[in-house]
Amino acid sequence: MFEGKSQKLLASFDYKPKEIEKGYTDKRLYINLSENKIESKSVDPQVKEKFTGGRGYGIWYLWDAVSSKTKWNDPENEILVCAGPLNGITQYSGCGKAHIVSLSPETGSVNDNNVGGYFAPFLKFSGWDLLEIQGKAKKDVIIFIDGNKGKITIKESPYTEINTYHLTESLSEEYANDDKDKKNISIISAGIGAQNTNFGILNISWYDNHRKKVRIKQAGRGGTGTVFRDKKIVAVVIKYQGISANSNNVANLELVSKAGHRLTKEILSLDHLQNGMRETGTVNLLDHMQNYNCLPVHNYKFGSHPAALKIKNKVWHQRVTQNQAGDSCWMGCAMRCAHAVDDFELSTGPLKGEKVLVDGPEYETTAGFGGNCGCFDPDLVLEANFYCDNYGMDTIGVSTTIAFLMECYENNIINKEITGGLELNFGNIRAVLELIHQMAEGKGFGKIAGLGVRQAKKVLIEKYGADAKFLQDIGMECKGMEFSEYVTKESLAQQGGYGMANKGPQHDENWLIFMDQVNNQIPTFKDKAGAINYFSLFRTWFSLVGLCKLPWNDIEPEDNKQKYHGMEAAKVPEHVENYCWLFEGVTDKHITPEELILQSERVHNLQRIFNLKMGFGTRKHDIVPYRAVGPVTVEEYESRKELYDQQLKEIIKFDAKGKTTEEKMKVLRVYREEQYQKLCDAVYNRRGWDSNGVPTLENIKKLKIDFPEVLEVVKKYQS
Amino acid sequence: MIKVNGRDREWEENLTVEFLLKKCKYTFPLIMVKVNGKYVPKEKYKDTLIMNNDDVQVIHSIAGG
Repeated sequence: MFEGKSQKLLASFDYKPKEIEKGYTDKRLYINLSENKIESKSVDPQVKEKFTGGRGYGIWYLWDAVSSKTKWNDPENEILVCAGPLNGITQYSGCGKAHIVSLSPETGSVNDNNVGGYFAPFLKFSGWDLLEIQGKAKKDVIIFIDGNKGKITIKESPYTEINTYHLTESLSEEYANDDKDKKNISIISAGIGAQNTNFGILNISWYDNHRKKVRIKQAGRGGTGTVFRDKKIVAVVIKYQGISANSNNVANLELVSKAGHRLTKEILSLDHLQNGMRETGTVNLLDHMQNYNCLPVHNYKFGSHPAALKIKNKVWHQRVTQNQAGDSCWMGCAMRCAHAVDDFELSTGPLKGEKVLVDGPEYETTAGFGGNCGCFDPDLVLEANFYCDNYGMDTIGVSTTIAFLMECYENNIINKEITGGLELNFGNIRAVLELIHQMAEGKGFGKIAGLGVRQAKKVLIEKYGADAKFLQDIGMECKGMEFSEYVTKESLAQQGGYGMANKGPQHDENWLIFMDQVNNQIPTFKDKAGAINYFSLFRTWFSLVGLCKLPWNDIEPEDNKQKYHGMEAAKVPEHVENYCWLFEGVTDKHITPEELILQSERVHNLQRIFNLKMGFGTRKHDIVPYRAVGPVTVEEYESRKELYDQQLKEIIKFDAKGKTTEEKMKVLRVYREEQYQKLCDAVYNRRGWDSNGVPTLENIKKLKIDFPEVLEVVKKYQS
Repeated sequence: MIKVNGRDREWEENLTVEFLLKKCKYTFPLIMVKVNGKYVPKEKYKDTLIMNNDDVQVIHSIAGG
């Protein structure tokens, strides 16, 4: 894998690391791979004031870098890795997230991801609020940032093996002085799947000192890894030694510690009674999604399956190695939810027979391969999880696409001739694994599957004469991005949460299923719009400052639901107070919960306008496939006949006596699609957008983001 | 008839909180129950009777994705 030849130096840059002041360095590291240029640039004070940091910076500087005509694979497109002012704090759980922004190969517009690992804190401690990579290298390169020496290099890569698992081990060996030094290294990498599909991910590492292994987290959605490989980057390596309790040079360490102590105490005393994040992590959700009919089964046709017992939370409790201190993806995080399965023996692919560490599985991966592809087998989930990470492919994008193709196969839209012999029936474990390898290698039917749902639909329609309407109904994508793993048919608010999310149907902007479908706490359109608006903005805030969402509401004060009610309780007010303390403690700026929302609102609106700049972002782009809204097929309707018949009778007042299932489905569909449109009206109105989903000039001025170039885009959409 | 999370549901005699949760398939471990606005602690689910026309809230404390 390492050819042993000397590494050709393409560019070198020496700098004096800027000291951090109150969480910021106010510096950005700009690298242009076409020109082999490395520069230090300043963060404009106005940008800092308006967009706070993290994703806010990423979106603004990407906006600046690209035109409305820029495509994801043009050299002008950038990958921005952003920290945020609270990033790197060790006293509060979940302060290590990198926020990554780029134009997406799936959507064609601005994409954002958050990801754990040590890269973002190391970047800031090395003197940079963000890393901005533009241009394209001619040959594979490795970028190295030495934060202590103040030296950055771009070198041609000597590695022929670019897949993450072995590459990161090799790079740790190469860049660390000795084994002890490996903890000071963090690496961004992808793999061959990132270059051969549209859903490439970025893996970001940290070194697990207890296992003596490199661990990874994923920036998974929208294909940023594909951009990374298109730029011919094999890896970005950063090295930093010397983290202290106050590396961020905060304004009031006592206030930061006060928030940290309060949260840590809750996690340590309540996690085992609440979500068990320290035991299995996000996969704890699987049982609940299954029990409440929200687990996607067979391409989101159904919400549960008897075989889901085989991949339930208890199974993972036994499979992931317990009580591992190295399971925190940033220092000081007591949630410690980044679990791993040790010594898993691979049964297929290039590493067949090797015993590997599998990072995960997360809920999404388990639900995607287990439920959606109908492969209720923990070993399949682990093998698919490992190879997707290793190849640099998004487990959500891959599993949702395979599930879609499986439904096409079972409906004779594609056959063995088209798939090259793969029998893509739901539950065919060997076919799933073979297709993952083919996708990664860009071979066979994997070339079509690797396009993702939207572009695969186009091929099936144009080349194989598939019914476009049916594929639109069952192809679970919106804006070009595949849905994450929740069945939303009975939660109108979550349908909107997915459909109106800026980057596409990913749950990090909104997750309202239980509040809506089960608790019925937001029954009216106004209630739902209020929740979609508030929670999308609140969740956006984490990405501005460099935090993880999980410690916000995957742990709650014991008396939260008794002290607060309805939507207030769901906000977890004491944790919001923690965030206000943290922000003030770090930056010295007092902030109220309302001002925190305002910070997000500016960035959220800018992102919506960025979509408009790139040619989408209006009402028609917020429409979700009908599979997300109601039953597409007779089989689906019949599976919950009692529920749907009751809704027809009691809500729609439709006399279903003597009617066929098809007739009932038609009436239900008209009603549900109307409800979705009414929800869009309510949300746009609540957000200060017009009926086409375009932010109004009045709202833009109110938010003080009325920069001339922003106004120019919006004015084009004024009726 | 009773209300459960604002939705109508048939009432039956000797209906306890515990039995109602079972009937609704509310298996999530972290829930808070209120009957006519009054909090019912978990240890009393078995003995707390729900009367006809009662308004029951079962709030699931789940964070999700």
